[in-house]
Formats: sequence, structure tokens, C-alpha cells
Amino acid sequence: MNRFIGFIKKEFYHILRDRRSLFILFGMPIVQVMLFGFAITNEINNVDIAILDHSKDVNTKEIINKIATSKYFSIKGFISHEDEIEPTFRKGKIKAVLNFEKNFSKNLVTQKKATVQILTDATDPNTANTISNYIGSILQNYQQELNQGLKLPYQIIPKTRMVFNPELKSVYMFVPGVMTIILMLVSAMMTSISITKEKELGTMEILLVSPLNPFQVIVGKVVPYILLSIINAVVIILLSIFVFKMPVQGSLFLLGAESTLFIINALSLGILISTVAATQQAAMMTSLMGLMLPVILLSGFIFPISSMPLPLQMISNIIPAKWFIIIIKGIMLKGVGLAYVWKETLILIGMTIFFIGLSVKKYKIRLE
Amino acid sequence: MTEDNMIQVENLTKMFGDFTAVNNISFEVGKGEVFGFLGANGAGKTTAMKMLIGISEPTHGNATVAGYNVLTHAEHVKRNIGYMSQRFSLYNDLTIKENIVFFGGIYGLSSADIKEKSQAMINELGLHDMADSLVGSLPLGWKQKVAFSVAMLHNPKIIFLDEPTGGVDPITRRQFWEMIYMEANRGVTIFVTTHYMDEAEYCDRVSIMVAGKIEALDTPKNLKRQFQVDSMNQVFLKLARNIE
Repeated sequence: MNRFIGFIKKEFYHILRDRRSLFILFGMPIVQVMLFGFAITNEINNVDIAILDHSKDVNTKEIINKIATSKYFSIKGFISHEDEIEPTFRKGKIKAVLNFEKNFSKNLVTQKKATVQILTDATDPNTANTISNYIGSILQNYQQELNQGLKLPYQIIPKTRMVFNPELKSVYMFVPGVMTIILMLVSAMMTSISITKEKELGTMEILLVSPLNPFQVIVGKVVPYILLSIINAVVIILLSIFVFKMPVQGSLFLLGAESTLFIINALSLGILISTVAATQQAAMMTSLMGLMLPVILLSGFIFPISSMPLPLQMISNIIPAKWFIIIIKGIMLKGVGLAYVWKETLILIGMTIFFIGLSVKKYKIRLE
Repeated sequence: MTEDNMIQVENLTKMFGDFTAVNNISFEVGKGEVFGFLGANGAGKTTAMKMLIGISEPTHGNATVAGYNVLTHAEHVKRNIGYMSQRFSLYNDLTIKENIVFFGGIYGLSSADIKEKSQAMINELGLHDMADSLVGSLPLGWKQKVAFSVAMLHNPKIIFLDEPTGGVDPITRRQFWEMIYMEANRGVTIFVTTHYMDEAEYCDRVSIMVAGKIEALDTPKNLKRQFQVDSMNQVFLKLARNIE
């Protein structure tokens, strides 16, 4: 045991004395969460919108004026036909189109209600959601002004439609995603680099000649990264709760347990990479290309898996991050318990066992 | 095998696919002997050594080190040997003291033991001012001396040195060999590979490997007589030419 503690101590010296790895370990998670958090912020400013006004009456003019004078929107064009909506969006500047129905004022007076359609460009789902909320509240304000002193209130009904991405994903989607990326990066890349570093410097040979067996060497190298990754996970969760006011609906204990499982999964991948890569450089490239890209592109973090072509959907199944994102999204956003994510959990456990088994086998071959 | 033999090698062979890196070599090394293991790059020295220290499995043949079979009792072998590789074997980002504590620790030395030994080592090498500085900041010659002392920390019966003086200046090499002799006089068996033929003269016996085989094995004096030359360098050249 003493031996083991000595080993871990030495590993911490390595980490704490290397500025680069310190930054990757602690600077990066914070920077990433902040970047993603503020880039996907709820604030909008001067968003360009277009108007499709079929009635051109007093009420629609007043509403358009209200929107034009708010600091959130600037009206960048009037179109006269539904067919023009999509081309307008495709140009990319206009983020929303307001479509007033025919006879808006007349409907308001005779039927006490009128409809306006809010179309938003949902390629950026978070902005789209925010835009429709803001427009919605402007409409509501106007409705209240109209109704002052009226017995039978008028009703303006906004009908929101997301263009390009009808199933709007949650605003808080980025937290599970960023957490997954960081845990993958820290656990897999940092361990594979630290193991290959010993190989490159020749100290691995010294360790293998010592009475420590290969298994102890690897566990000794991995344990510090498990601890650091858990700290990272906690930091990310705290940041998202306190800085971004993200609610964590489910059990924190389950969240912690699932995160630890994913960390071990990523570590086993890191060990696997280190058995194949001969140099630190190779380990880093393999981690980036082999792990980071698939995690970012195929895990469903940024691009919804359901809208991928079938072959990519199938490939996404072998990416651990996909299952982890499903799990923590469930726990954080929907507040589900293990009863809902046991299948994904089992898949992660299975993958972890597989990776560990494979690395043990590869590691032995290398020693021959 | 006689009791005095610390290393006993019989028909040791290592093949990588079709390539025979070590071809049926046999030799023994006695207690307290300084045994030089020479050969050109790629002659199979390092591969042979790796089999003796238990990190590579022989394809055929047998070897006992410190009385234990390397195939069946690798763990016992590891406890009784020290190893210093041609690449630097300490951690540059740890201080001298931290390196001592770490390596003492993985060999299972008690804290008291480690404390005592590191103090003795620091005194012996005159490292008082540098004990707390990072190994990376030391000159290469110093590093090698510290590495040697660290490899001796757990009192191994045999120490394997894989080109320990590569890139070191002549004066430090000389000092290094003095350390080697000191350990040999204490009864430690020294197994050393080297490129430098002048260093071969310092060995009690040398073996010269060419293309995986041991082509000569004797005292430097006898070898020079046998090849009718007056330096080990010429022995080596003559031998290599004959084989070609």
C-alpha cells in the first residue's frame, strides 16, 4: 500500500509541475464551460427579422412598430408571399419572420382573436427559442394595452414554428455535452499521454524491471486521473448550477456514479491508446482524432443523431459518449432515475470491460 | 550450476518472427564479477539483457539470475537485480530526494530505510546543495551517477547497466567506473553493456556479440593475446571483419 501511495504521489508531482497539463486539466474545463455557456446565452440583441403582413391594418402596424422600437429586433425587410419565407432564411441574415394573417384587425374585433405566426430559423435552436419567447412577450404586452377597460378581451395568438429543426433541443443541452467532452479529453488523452511519456523517456522499462507488476504500474498511473476527473466533473456541475442557473432535476448521487463510470470508461480507452501509440505525440493525435472528433460530431451533442444518415447513426452506437449524454441529459434535465437509464448504463459498463480486457491483452503483447 | 554463478545462461534464443535477434547464447557470470557485454548496435545485446531482467520472454533456452529462473520466477529475479538503462532512468521533474523516495518505495523499502539510505547517498556523492533541486537541472554526468546510486538503493545482488556512460565526458566516465568497482568489491555482480572499447579493458571478462551470437568470451588480456593485438578496439574490429 505504501508503495502504491508513493506511486500516486509521484504521479501528482508530474501533473502539478507541468504547466501544460495543469492548464488542460483545470483551465480548459472552466474556459470551455464559460465559452459554451456565454456563447449560447439567452440574451439576444438586434436580431434581424422580416415581416409578412397580409392585412396591413392599424393593429399590425402598431405591433410592427413595437417590435421595431425594441432593442432586441431590427426589421430588415418586408415580404409579400409565403414562398419568400424560406429563401429569406436561406440567405442566413434573417432569424425570424412574423406572418400576420389576413384581416387581422377585423378578426380581432369580430372574433375577439387573431393569429400571428412566428417562424424562426432553428438551425441555432437556442437563439430560435429565445427569439420566439421575446416576440411572444411583446405581443402579450400589446394585447394587455389593447384590453385595458374592455370587458371581452381581445386575444392575439402567436403560433410558433421552428424552421429547419422542428424538434427544438433544450437550452441546457451544452452542459452535458461539454462535460462529456472534457471528461473524455482529460481522462483518455491525459492518461494516454502520461503513460506514453514514461515509455518515451525509458522510465517505463525501469518500472517494469521493478517488483511492481504491469497491472500495478497502470493502476498507479490511472488513479490520479480518476481523482482529477471527478473534481472536474464536480466543477462543471457547480458552474452550470451557479453560473448558468441550470437546474439539476435528478439525483446528484446517480449523476456522480454515472460520471465515474464514464470516467473509467474513458480511462480504459486512454490505456488502450497508450498500448498502441509509441510517442506522446502519437497518443495525443490518436486521442484527438479517434476520440474527440467522434465525441463532438457523432455523440448527439451538437448534431442530432436522429437527423444523421443511417450509417452514421449506426456508428454513433459504438461511441460511449452518446450513451453517457443520454444518461446525464436524462438525469440533469428530466430528472429520471436509474430505472430509465439502466440500459445505457449497462452498455457503458460492457464497453468499459471490453476496453480494459483489450488493453490488458495488448499490453501483454507489447512486453514480449 | 555452481553456487557462485550469479547469472547462468544456456542456449538462450529470441526470435522476432523469422529474425533471430539472439542466437543460442550460453555463458555464466560469477559473483562480484564485472562482466562486459559488448557488441555493435543491433547485435542483440539489449534483447539478451531484456530477457535476463525479465521483461522479455526467451523463445528457447534457459537463464537463471541470482539463482532464480527468469521464466518461472521473474518476480524473484526482479527483487534481486538493479537496472539502469541507456536512456535516462530517473524522473526529470522530480527532485533527487523525491526520486530516491519513489524508487525506494516501489522496491518496498521502509520509510526509515529510505531516509537513511538517501542521507548516505547524498553524503557519498556530495549532493547536499542539490538534493532538493529537480533532476532535470543537473548535468548529465551527475544524473548518471545519481541514477546508478538509485539503482543500487535496494541492495541488489546484480546490477544490469545498459550503456550507462553514453554521452558522458571522459572524467565522469572514469568516476562512474570507480563507483562500479566499489560495488563490485562489495560483492555485487556487474553486468554492463558498452560501446566504448576502452571501458571493455576495465571488465574482468568480456563477451563480444556479433549478429546475435557470442563470438568471443574471455578476459581482455586473453582476448588481446588470442587476436594478437594490443587493444580491445582492435579485437572488436578484427572479430567483426572476420565474421563479415
